[in-house]
Order: sequence, then structure tokens, then C-alpha cells
Amino acid sequence: MRAGFILSEVVSGLRKNFSMVLSVILVTFVSLLFVGAAILLQMQVGQMKDYWYDRVQVSVFLCPPSSEAPTCVDGEATEEQKADIRESLEGSELAPYVDKIYFEDKAEAHQHFQEQFEGTSLEGTVPQEDMNESFRVKLKDAEKYEIIKEYFSATPGVEEVVDQNQLLDRLFGVLNVATVVAVAIAGVMLLCAMLLIATTIRLSAFSRRRETGIMRLVGASNTFIQLPFLLEGVIASAIGATLSAGALGLLVHFGVTGWLQNQATGFNLVSGVDVLFVAPILIAIGVIMAGASSLITLNKYTKV
Amino acid sequence: MIKFDSVSKSYDARTRKALDDVSFEAQRGEFVFLVGASGSGKSTVIRLILREEVPSSGRIHIAGKSVVKMPSWKVPYLRRGIGTVFQDFRLLPNKTVFANVAFALQVIGKSRAAMSTLVPDVLETVGLAGKEKRFPHELSGGEQQRVAIARAVVNKPGILLADEPTGNLDPATSADIMAVLEKINRNGTTVLMATHDGDIVNRMRKRVIELSDGHIVRDVEQGTYGVAS
Repeated sequence: MRAGFILSEVVSGLRKNFSMVLSVILVTFVSLLFVGAAILLQMQVGQMKDYWYDRVQVSVFLCPPSSEAPTCVDGEATEEQKADIRESLEGSELAPYVDKIYFEDKAEAHQHFQEQFEGTSLEGTVPQEDMNESFRVKLKDAEKYEIIKEYFSATPGVEEVVDQNQLLDRLFGVLNVATVVAVAIAGVMLLCAMLLIATTIRLSAFSRRRETGIMRLVGASNTFIQLPFLLEGVIASAIGATLSAGALGLLVHFGVTGWLQNQATGFNLVSGVDVLFVAPILIAIGVIMAGASSLITLNKYTKV
Repeated sequence: MIKFDSVSKSYDARTRKALDDVSFEAQRGEFVFLVGASGSGKSTVIRLILREEVPSSGRIHIAGKSVVKMPSWKVPYLRRGIGTVFQDFRLLPNKTVFANVAFALQVIGKSRAAMSTLVPDVLETVGLAGKEKRFPHELSGGEQQRVAIARAVVNKPGILLADEPTGNLDPATSADIMAVLEKINRNGTTVLMATHDGDIVNRMRKRVIELSDGHIVRDVEQGTYGVAS
């Protein structure tokens, strides 16, 4: 009985304030879309960090058979040169900086290359003989990359020293800025949504003041009087949140999985599964935001 | 049933008190008229009983419970024991007579079964049997006030407050409404009625409490509206 009554009140309230409810839905939709995008961006950064940070930080690429680097004029790095380089890396001079060393031979390099670009246009473009052998070095402190680079800058047999993190950090920087922008926009939009919900509830409470006045008079409990208004805001906002989760899913499905992944970035990108993880967060934010602003407004306008 | 003990109420510290040291007691089943000029404090008494206001000082007990110390979540339960009728009826225009009365039960969570027995009963009591399906705009003023009375007493409250219930009605209709209130009073409900209508008070010969500028100036059994008569 009670549930049925409250439900019918909610439905009539949603219908009476249709345009306001629609604007609440749309504002929540847009704001939570930005929140979702921010979360996905951070998940992307996290995924990439997990993948790369545990692996290699600095790669000391050895001379391949043909290279134009000045340290490679004698052709492919010899066994002797390799032994020298390993000795230097394990030696006391670099000991404070180096954590682990791992030697990657041509076969492994080729295999990694194939794995990384599997299914893309680059797959199979480089023969195994042309791959670089390399020492993969894990540093104790990723910031000290320059020391390794300096150290091997003129060593015969070393083609190039590359800091993987530096490449990644630049990318992370871009993603982080994008996240901050998304969060800022989301914040403003969420504030709009809260104010809009407050206004909607005020209007709704005003248009039903006769009913609520009688309800108070005959002793309906506060919860009973306020619940329909609260649910009105929460339902509108939950619809907006669901729409934003759906839109995010479509964006990721067609934009990231369907397009970006094919652009041979070589990274694992966020996918529909991640959206499934984000969706409940968005709905929770929407519901909590609407609930909070409703409660504040209701306590102001429908007091006992 | 209603007990005021040295109750004072001021809405604003600078203006004079709306009620000043008011004490009275109404027993179960009593019929009390509250008379006095506009602004004498009649409405304040009613608002205090309903706990729409709390007194600035003094104690109020309704059915043995202190209203002043009552936590706000208990207030709805206090109001379930008090029926209230106003001059302007306060009906819901888009609901039928039956639905208007049932609304009072609906919002305190009564079952449909309870409604289907209680509502026809009370409509019979107020003399509206057969008009369940009408809408308020299809009824006369007197009939609308009967609906409001039915809504006020459908939950069988111990107290019925009536704030100028005949204020919008002609004398003949007012007499009918008074007959309904008397009937409800005979069934054991304490009735407290604030009114300006001297004829009614003089005809009924019930207890009269007169307020003037927030003071009780007269409290007599079987009283009249004015001191002179």
C-alpha cells in the first residue's frame, strides 16, 4: 500500500515537472560522462604503468648488423663488447643505480615485437636478424636514467640508450592533463546538476504544497512526505547516470576498441569491460549527488 | 486531554506575546469554544497543540504526553491523534470525496481494507453517504466542510480541533455543521473550536474560553459569546 502510494506520487511528480526532470537527466548525463572519461583515462594510465614499470626501464640497444650510429661503425656488436657492457652494468661504478639486468637476444626481441604488434600492419615487417639485441636494465631510481645514458654514450657496440619511461611519462602527462580538464568540467556540471535538482524539488514541493500540508496535518511521517521528492531527484539522476554509462560504452566500443586499437599504438587500451566497472561508480555518484542535494533542499522546504 | 500550564509564546522578542501565561485543561469528551477577537491568540493555541510551534515557556500535555519535550520524529504520531478542520476546508480538488477522506489513512500507511470500512462509516456519520464519487467542486460549502470533518475524524482521533469551521458558511449550513461536530463530540472526541460566531456559541451552551491579547479573560461552563449576554 505504502510503496504503491509513494510510487504513484513519484510518477505524477516526474510527469508534472517533465521539462525540469529532463534537464536534470541531461545535465547529470553530461557531467557523469566527463567523470567516466576521467576515470577511464586514469585506468588507462594505470594499466600502462603496471605493464611497463615492472618490466624494463632503460634499454641499452646493441648495434645490429647495419646501423648508422657512430658507435656502430664496426658493424654488429661482438661477444667481447657485450661482455664489456655487461661487466660495466654489473660493475661497482653503476651498482648504486642498477637494480636488475636482463639480456634480450634477437629471438626474444622478435617475439616481443610480434606480440606487441600482433594483428596490426607492422606484424612481420622486420626479420629476426635485423632486431636489436639489448640489455634491459631496471633502475633503482627511475629518475637516474641520464647517468646510464651518459655512461654508454661512447661505448663501442652500443647503438642507443632509450628510457622507456620517459616516452611513457610524456604520454602520461597528456593523459593526466586530459583527466584534470575532464574532472574540472565534470565538477562544474555536477554543481549545475545539484542546483538544478534543488530547484526541481522546490518547484515540485511548491506545486504539491496542498497535499503535503494535509499529509503533515493528518500525521504522515516526514520520510513518507519527503520520499517521493527524494526519489524524483534520484530517479532522474540515475537515468542520467545510466545514459552516461551507455554513451561511454559506445564511445569505448567504437572509438577505442573499434578505431584507436587499430592505429597500432602497441598499448593495451581500455575496453568495454572497464566501462562495466565504471558504470556502477557513475550511477552511485549520480544517486548520492541527487540524494544529498534533495535532502538539503527538503529539510529547508518541507519541514514538519 | 489537553493541558496548558503557564504557556507563553512570542514569535518575535520585540513584539508583544501572542500568548501570555495561559493555563487551561480540557477533559476527555469535552466541547470547548475558544473565542476572542482576531489576534487574541486563538490560532496560536491551535498551532501549539499541533506542535507547529513550540511555546516560549510553559508546559503543554496532549493525551498525557509532553508536547514541548517531544522529539520531532514523534510529532506525526501526535498529529494522528488529533483531527483538524479549517475555515477553508483544504480539500484536494482532483480527488473524489472518498479519495479525499481515504488520503488521510493512505498517508499514514493504513491498508486498503481499513479504508474500505472506515471511509464509508465516517461519511455516513457526517451525512455524506452516497456522495463518495463527487468531486469537491460539485459540492456546496457545507458539504465540503463535512468532507473535511470526515477526513479529520476518519482515523478516530481523541481530539478534534476546529479553526473557524463555519467562517465561510451561511447560518443554516453552520447549524448543520455544528450538529455534526456535536455528534462527533458525543462519540467521545474532545472538540476544541475557535470561532467568531456568537450565535453558535450562544445556542450551544458549552464551555467557553475567551482570549484577549494573549490572556485568558474568561473560562465558564455553559457560557455565551459575549459577557453581557
